[in-house]
Amino acid sequence: MIEALLAGRWIAVWRRNYLVWRKLAAASIAGNIIDPLFYLLGFGLGFSTMIPEVEGVKYIAFLAGGTICYTTMLAASFEALYSGFARMHVQRTWEGIMNAPVSLEDVVLAEWVWAASKSLLSGTAILLVAIALGLSQSWKMALIVPLAFLIGLSFAGMGLVMTAIAKSYDFFTYWFTLVLTPQMLLCGVFFPLSGLPGWVQAIASALPLTHAIAIGRPLFLGQWPQDGLVHAAVLAAWGIAGFAIALGLFRRRLLA
Amino acid sequence: MAILDAKALRKSYDGREVVAGIDLTLRKGECYGLLGPNGAGKTTTLRMLLGLTAPDSGSIELLGHPVPQAAREGRIRVGVVPQMDNLDPDFTVSENLLVYGRYFGMKESEVAARLPGLLEFAALETRGDSRIQALSGGMKRRLVLARALVNDPELIFLDEPTTGLDPQARHLMWERLRLLLRQGKTILLTTHFMDEAERLADRLAILDHGRMLAEGTPPALIAEHIEPEVVEVYGEGVEAWFGEHAMALSARAEIHGETAFCYLQDAEPLVANLKGFAHLRFLHRRANLEDLFLKLTGRDMRE
Ligand SMILES: Nc1ncnc2c1ncn2[C@@H]1O[C@H](COP(=O)(O)OP(=O)(O)O)[C@@H](O)[C@H]1O
Ligand SMILES: [Mg+2]
Repeated sequence: MIEALLAGRWIAVWRRNYLVWRKLAAASIAGNIIDPLFYLLGFGLGFSTMIPEVEGVKYIAFLAGGTICYTTMLAASFEALYSGFARMHVQRTWEGIMNAPVSLEDVVLAEWVWAASKSLLSGTAILLVAIALGLSQSWKMALIVPLAFLIGLSFAGMGLVMTAIAKSYDFFTYWFTLVLTPQMLLCGVFFPLSGLPGWVQAIASALPLTHAIAIGRPLFLGQWPQDGLVHAAVLAAWGIAGFAIALGLFRRRLLA
Repeated sequence: MAILDAKALRKSYDGREVVAGIDLTLRKGECYGLLGPNGAGKTTTLRMLLGLTAPDSGSIELLGHPVPQAAREGRIRVGVVPQMDNLDPDFTVSENLLVYGRYFGMKESEVAARLPGLLEFAALETRGDSRIQALSGGMKRRLVLARALVNDPELIFLDEPTTGLDPQARHLMWERLRLLLRQGKTILLTTHFMDEAERLADRLAILDHGRMLAEGTPPALIAEHIEPEVVEVYGEGVEAWFGEHAMALSARAEIHGETAFCYLQDAEPLVANLKGFAHLRFLHRRANLEDLFLKLTGRDMRE
């Protein structure tokens, strides 16, 4: 992985994806912003009459920190699963690339970094919206931009494992309904973890979105996260393990 | 130096040997054809030669680089036209070429300089900004060929380059391939079309069930395996005629469906005999690759 990263052949593949995105950027950014914006305004404003404050901050500000994290999670997941599958299987784009002097590892690495780049782009977009809404004024939230990339690596790594074993797009529904949606509900996007039963908290503490929010929410609120590096290490570990497993599975699938 | 040298290649899938001992050496500037029915192992062979799948045994050297160990280095001077088009549907014609050049580490300006020549080669000069979906099958195929030339390769792999194209598009493709050969490129081509192999290949191998059944120049192969003349006979009562006369007057004869195929050193006596059967129609021709192919691979339908 390090060797392929340094060799830099993946960059040409990353740029291919970037060029496609740029051509469709307006629609893509709009889609990235509108959905979380609805959540923020709908839930945030709707609940704020019932729940004026959570953990000492306005509910909508509390919600915004979580929403940014789960939006970046979804951005990387959609890219690694649906778009990745299209390029690998439906359009045979990877096959074309591998006829050039680019290896499968270069291609998968590019997909991984690209999906994380999508997280970064969509995290940045929603951050700007949150600033425009006046929800955060701290400079610390700028650190959410690299955090979005890390969250992207974490979820894209695991997502690529699904892509490597998928027969069709239908398969991805399981990943979203059984893995990502539960994390959205259990990992503290909408309410603090402390309100949940102990055993749920135990499960949640192993899930990557919990760690993402443990860093992202304090930064958004202008505080330093507790054990920030530990949480970042957990995110990285999920991502790297996912990438390594996915690469092995892609090799079996495509280079047999 | 051989452009490509492969020895004793073998590959099994699920316990079935789909490439069962293939030796292949390409000389600079030649067009080599792998001719075989569906499932013969043509694509699998090409994938092994490119280092996209490892052979179970055997050795490969591609432009001086051992494959699969150094396949990436070998592919730097190779162009590939895959069996199925995999153009980028999100890009225009020109963008497809520009983006593909980057995979070879080419600079933007380098690819841009080659772009007009590549578009002209593909007869797509006016289509640079077209979307891929707007191209015909023949145009797409020529664009895939132009894309394979973006790195100015020495060796070009073509996997069934004209399957699914109409006659005009096939002829244009063949003309382009001959142009490449005149420029000194080496071509490895797979096909299941006899006419394509006969027109283009300097040497060819007939492949079936993963084995090379014969190898050589088309005329030498025909001379070696087949009688020089063929008479095809058809019409009402051909079976009765076949039983009585065909065997006696031919070196070899067989009947398939409603046609008798008679293979001979000299067709004169058989043609004279046929003049006496006004209800039978016949075609007297020289033996061709198809006769050889059918003799070696049989007449059973494949897939
Ligand atoms: N990845 C694979 N897994 C299993 N079987 C395969 C695989 N690739 C090819 N085959 C089988 O190997 C045989 C030869 O295939 P192929 O090389 O594509 O033939 P051709 O290109 O001559 O039509 C076929 O029976 C095909 O089904
Ligand atoms: Mg094939």
